[in-house]
Amino acid sequence: MRRTLTTFRTLVAAAILMAAFGASSGSFAQQTRDGLNPTGQNPTAESVNEDFLFKQDPKITGRISIPDGKAAHLIQPAGRDYRDFRERWLPWLSALAVLGAVALLGLFYFFRGRILMEPGPDTGRKILRFNGFERFAHWMTSSCFIILALSGLNYIFGKRLLMPLIGADAFGVVAQYAKFSHIYLAWPFMIGVALMLVLWLKDNIPNKIDIAWIKAFGGFIGNKHPSAGRFNAGQKMVFWMVIGFGTAMSVTGLMMIFPFALTDITGMQLMQVIHALIGIAFIAGILAHIYIGTLGMEGAYDAMGSGKVDLGWAKVHHDLWVEEEQAKNASGPQLGRHQVPAE
Amino acid sequence: MARMKFLCDADRCIECNACVTACKNEHEVPWGINRRRVVTLNDGKPGERSVSMACMHCTDAPCAAVCPVNCFYTTADAVVLHSKDICIGCGYCFYACPFGAPQYPKVGNFGSRGKMDKCTYCAGGPESDLSTIEYEKYGSNRLAEGKLPLCAEMCSTKALLAGDGEMIAQIYKQRVIKRGYGSGAWGWKTAYRETVAI
Repeated sequence: MRRTLTTFRTLVAAAILMAAFGASSGSFAQQTRDGLNPTGQNPTAESVNEDFLFKQDPKITGRISIPDGKAAHLIQPAGRDYRDFRERWLPWLSALAVLGAVALLGLFYFFRGRILMEPGPDTGRKILRFNGFERFAHWMTSSCFIILALSGLNYIFGKRLLMPLIGADAFGVVAQYAKFSHIYLAWPFMIGVALMLVLWLKDNIPNKIDIAWIKAFGGFIGNKHPSAGRFNAGQKMVFWMVIGFGTAMSVTGLMMIFPFALTDITGMQLMQVIHALIGIAFIAGILAHIYIGTLGMEGAYDAMGSGKVDLGWAKVHHDLWVEEEQAKNASGPQLGRHQVPAE
Repeated sequence: MARMKFLCDADRCIECNACVTACKNEHEVPWGINRRRVVTLNDGKPGERSVSMACMHCTDAPCAAVCPVNCFYTTADAVVLHSKDICIGCGYCFYACPFGAPQYPKVGNFGSRGKMDKCTYCAGGPESDLSTIEYEKYGSNRLAEGKLPLCAEMCSTKALLAGDGEMIAQIYKQRVIKRGYGSGAWGWKTAYRETVAI
């Protein structure tokens, strides 16, 4: 009996010991399984890692097995900066540029009023300022510009102003046609800019007369009219703005019409930023051009309307050009430098 | 409601492209459109890793912010979807997307882009769930059937995880603890402004 008890105690002690050992060896085994690789290697030690790759390059790029090259960029957080520009800065900048231009023109109109024709001996006689082809080039470009400007502004303000008014579905349709018009009318616009460059380049080379014109503030302040050729310095500025901005808009626009043809995602973001910024500056500049060509100055619109302007107006605003024209065309109305007394 | 996310365990991905194929087949995605793709980093060099990438269904999604027609919306499961009826295919969402998710079919002249297509997290679109029109425009709606995205379901090594963000982060965390390594949740910092803390 006593012996049996001893044996039992020994067995129990052994069982406890074994259990304890088992438990400890079990937990040891657990440790080797978790966290420690049996081979002793750490495969991530030399593997690529996101933070490291971002330190090398702002976007993570790899290799893909599909033909779409731009899909090789795995992550490009720069999209955030693009978003910041488009959503935080662009609406305010555009509103400032467009409304600012309107406000300035309003102020100018308020203080200076409409620049009226000064009646003179030649008032009533006409001289051809722009022929039919010139007017065609102008109106093709300008009608495209107006639609391009409106559909362009729709990309910025449509969802903020128009969408709440007409609802999402109707706005979707309007925006779709706006996009089509933006893409399709870009082509006649580009042709128009090129035509105007060819037609008017020779009359728009800056010269000494322009300096005097600018020094006299173009006659906008006061009543003196500085001399000017076919185009005065202000008009030359508009011409070069149209050529410069028009070219920039064309290049960036073509890059977006054929996305990723020549550049990658960073380039595409940059193209959109440039296109938007120059676009709003272009609109502001053209607003001033429209103002002075219509409401701002009596007699100016005829140049692009009928093509014939009042000779008296032309002598005041473009004296050197009128001289040139009349020298070329002796049968035209003569410019009398001195008042000829009536017999 | 769950906050649906994707997590690609790059230490498991073997670049088999089954996720890409599954996606294309499930949604009858048109030729040239890749809602999901596999990008291999450091290809052929030591430490090479592959990551399967699609729309990450970002928190405060940049695509939705820059959209000029507000065609994006976020579902109760935090899945970022869009309406092809409103989309005009301007391409801005691709410029803003950190993951290159938006895709555009080429239609019409002068490079005119078609309406954007992207990963829907197998959740269809604004049309009524499981309708034919929804399938034609956006592909199948597995979420409405109570299933998870097929890419993750089909993943041969279970590298690609889809599901509630907390849950898949937990699974990934356990894996990293168990095997002792992990190259992290790719894209999470950019998409969700957080990463899986191990």
